[in-house]
Amino acid sequence: MSWVFLRDLLSGVNKYSTGIGRIWVAVVFMFRLLVYVAAAENIWKHEHDEFECNIKQPGCENVCFDHFFPVSHIRLWALQLIMVSTPSLLVVFHVAYRENRERHHNQKLYKNPGKIDGGLLCTYLISLILKTGLEIGFLVLFYKLYNGFKIPRLVKCDIKPCPNTVDCYISKPTEKMIFLYFLVATSCLCIVLNLSELSYLIFKYSMKCYLKRHMKKQQ
Amino acid sequence: MDWGALHTILGGVNKHSTSIGKIWLTVLFIFRIMILVVAAERVWGDEQDDFVCNTLQPGCKNVCYDHFFPISHIRLWALQLIFVSTPALLVAMHVAYRRHEKKRQFRKGDQKCEFKDIEEIRKQRFRIEGSLWWTYTSSIFFRLIFEAVFMYAFYFMYDGFRMPRLMKCNAWPCPNTVDCFVSRPTEKTVFTIFMIAVSSICILLNVAELCYLLTKFFLRRSKKAGNSKQQPNHENKEETKQNEMNELISDSCQNTVIGFSS
Repeated sequence: MSWVFLRDLLSGVNKYSTGIGRIWVAVVFMFRLLVYVAAAENIWKHEHDEFECNIKQPGCENVCFDHFFPVSHIRLWALQLIMVSTPSLLVVFHVAYRENRERHHNQKLYKNPGKIDGGLLCTYLISLILKTGLEIGFLVLFYKLYNGFKIPRLVKCDIKPCPNTVDCYISKPTEKMIFLYFLVATSCLCIVLNLSELSYLIFKYSMKCYLKRHMKKQQ
Repeated sequence: MDWGALHTILGGVNKHSTSIGKIWLTVLFIFRIMILVVAAERVWGDEQDDFVCNTLQPGCKNVCYDHFFPISHIRLWALQLIFVSTPALLVAMHVAYRRHEKKRQFRKGDQKCEFKDIEEIRKQRFRIEGSLWWTYTSSIFFRLIFEAVFMYAFYFMYDGFRMPRLMKCNAWPCPNTVDCFVSRPTEKTVFTIFMIAVSSICILLNVAELCYLLTKFFLRRSKKAGNSKQQPNHENKEETKQNEMNELISDSCQNTVIGFSS
């Protein structure tokens, strides 16, 4: 059970997406998932071992590390990736439900079960709203938890059992910051893509509705 | 989940590439990605653990390491490979879009559509002309730009391509100037030079492909202008022959595409 599952999920979702949705899948896959697995994971691999405090007091390093990193950046990143990809499952389930219904009644109820219209459109819009909400939520969480997107070289710690104030040094802060900014940038790009897809779909289907009504009136 | 997924996606693009494009893809996978995963990652694996400074001052090693390696070589290469592979996705998307249009035509029962079934549409190889030519050429152009930018960033960040054995560090909290020793500097230099050399070869291949496409474009244009009276059947025969040859070449390469062709 690994990221292969997420990769397959994203590929499955691709089938029922709009053009912008497919660009979103490509961005998530190439710039977020692949970068995470190929590069970012290794930077945070030994973060606890390499976290060093200027003190010999046993337990002080552990306590300080726990205080400054309640949830590691890389874990939050992984959670974000998983949460953000999951709403797309709603669309897959809805299409599967439609196909199941057709099979159950043994007749063609829908012109094309995978076409985004009617109930599936609502599901798709809800999944887009959820995705955007989760992205923004995680960015805010990152910001609040770590006081911005900066990673300092040095943090001062004075929690028991550390005597007085102790200097603690974070490993690879510059590299971590570069990848954190990368994460934020790709997150923002995904938010923009989701919002454009949302507006595109709403505009398209309101025009369709309006034209239908207009044709009916003319008749 | 690793570079294998990228290999599968790009393998699909391989079908619609020129011969130089196929060579580029082979060089990318064998000499860059494979070397990165199999060898380079091991060489850089213990880089911070074995980075040793001549001081007992806690924190000095961390600060010095961060000062000399703002972003590790291995991460920079991984990013470079990801960015350089991304433009090929544009081509994959364009091909998928064309296939989708052909399938729609087929389903509507359009008589212009020359295919017997959907399987044929799925297996069809598109020629690089029209809008696909523009997409393909821009993807090569972006590839070139990304390669050049990353090579320059590498040169700029590390003052050349050599890995020194000894670095002198005087960042706080290191007292005065401290000697810091990099682990495996010669091996790292060898791999750095190797990756840079292969990068340069890829740049040359991309430039050659770009020139080839531009030459073909202008030749085709002058042919159309000059030979408008020639019979269309004769040209079709040559095209089908070329298509058959290309099919034979591309059959030897892996050509499954996940998700981008539906």
